[in-house]
Amino acid sequence: MTPLLSVQGITKRYGAHIGCADVSFDLYPGEVMGIVGESGSGKSTLLNCMAGHLAPDAGQVVFDTRADGPKDTVTMSEPERRMLGRTDWAFVHQHARDGLRMGVSAGGNVGERLMAVGERHYGDIRGKATDWLERVEIDADRVDDRPTTFSGGMQQRVQIARNLVTGPRLVFMDEPTGGLDVSVQARLLDLLRGLVRDMGLSASIVTHDLAVVRLLADRLMVMKSGRVVEAGLTDQVLDDPQHAYSQLLVSSVLQV
Amino acid sequence: MTDYNFAYLDEQTKRMIRRAILKGLAIPGYQVPFASREMPMPYGWGTGGVQVSAAVLTPDDTFKVIDQGADDTTNAVSIRSFFERTAGVKTTTATSEASVIQTRHRIPEEPLTEDQILVYQVPIPEPLRFLEPRESETRKMHSLEEYGLMHVKLYEDISRHGHIATSYAYPVKVEGRYVMDPSPIPKFDNPKLGDMAAIQLFGAGREQRIYALPPYTQVVSLDFEDHPFEASKADHPCGLCNATDSYLDEVIMDDQGGRMFVCSDTDYCEARRAAGHKGKDAA
Repeated sequence: MTPLLSVQGITKRYGAHIGCADVSFDLYPGEVMGIVGESGSGKSTLLNCMAGHLAPDAGQVVFDTRADGPKDTVTMSEPERRMLGRTDWAFVHQHARDGLRMGVSAGGNVGERLMAVGERHYGDIRGKATDWLERVEIDADRVDDRPTTFSGGMQQRVQIARNLVTGPRLVFMDEPTGGLDVSVQARLLDLLRGLVRDMGLSASIVTHDLAVVRLLADRLMVMKSGRVVEAGLTDQVLDDPQHAYSQLLVSSVLQV
Repeated sequence: MTDYNFAYLDEQTKRMIRRAILKGLAIPGYQVPFASREMPMPYGWGTGGVQVSAAVLTPDDTFKVIDQGADDTTNAVSIRSFFERTAGVKTTTATSEASVIQTRHRIPEEPLTEDQILVYQVPIPEPLRFLEPRESETRKMHSLEEYGLMHVKLYEDISRHGHIATSYAYPVKVEGRYVMDPSPIPKFDNPKLGDMAAIQLFGAGREQRIYALPPYTQVVSLDFEDHPFEASKADHPCGLCNATDSYLDEVIMDDQGGRMFVCSDTDYCEARRAAGHKGKDAA
């Protein structure tokens, strides 16, 4: 089976400082990869390099495109990469306001990607937007409200709907549950897990919350100072961490 | 005429502006940056239009200025006298006699010819400005032809008002490529933009952009399949000349709710009245 996304030797430096160094892994269709590590360990840098938001200094990000098969997204032309960003890829930001247009209604936010790929029928766009809002458990009668009138958890769900409306195959998530309280977090995770399974999505999730990866991720990478120190199946890594830092991370989780 | 260089600007500046105009004509709808000069009037009064007019005027030209369709409002009068004084060109209020027409917020009702140039004053040339505040991003969107966002604005209009409520500065797509802000003309005038015989030049002084439509360019107003574009106007005949096909201003007559609708194009209205047409409010 060809991997959906194959990351090879991604390196990003900020001057003398290392963002992430020599990271490689394969992501297969339907698989969810968790990336954990402390703040400043380079996990967001890695995610942004993969999603084309940052240009890596070295390495390849090969994506299995629908039209032409595996293709390096680092060297592909910008219009092509941005087209991927609107269609086959989705990016869920930690702060919903980074990923939403706060001055535009929820329906408009969800419909934007549809209009960006050429849909020009108002009734259809609105129908799909409403349908997606319902799938993320937002009442259809709030379709014309602006995200500013929504709670943090609802904003995050609108952001997810906006990203999934074009039926992407790969979702990048940067701390999708950060800043939400635990019960809202649990609902969001439940929703995400359902969507990922139903749509057969592949995802790579950056988080510092081990409970999130335990619930969502099939495989796990632990990062420290820009390097991957341990990788493996999620349960394996969490239950029997080998590297000293992974052991520290697992043992630092607060027990209630 | 000895006090000023012809048409106020120095020759090098006019040359620079003409180069921008030529580039704009070569790429219809593309916003060409130019080094806008300080003009002896405030931004927002038509500094962009004045610079474009200055660059295209020749001593043989006949010049007309309209502001919201009228020849006799402050803005029109002051720009007309500015060029009378600095260029010494003939001026007129008759649309058919003018070779260069500078306009703010209207296209004359009378169809223009191939011998004419229409110069628009543009406050904000970037149609995506209020949707995407980053200029770096909007430029990228133009260059990569990513115009989905423009439809988000129209979507919002329909979801809030039930129809496309944008009634002026209605975005258009030029030759199937660039999305352009036609300056704040009423959407009633949008159909006239396309396939026009005259050259149309757009000058934004504060924003330092020039763009252009060569004659007979395809210009399409954006819309949805189930909410098509509609060129709307007040549903009345002109109170003075009884015209039913021209764009109307609503004029409040008293504080008892009295009002009348008159052509915003004063030259068109006067010509019709001279030809014997009479509306219900004409004295």
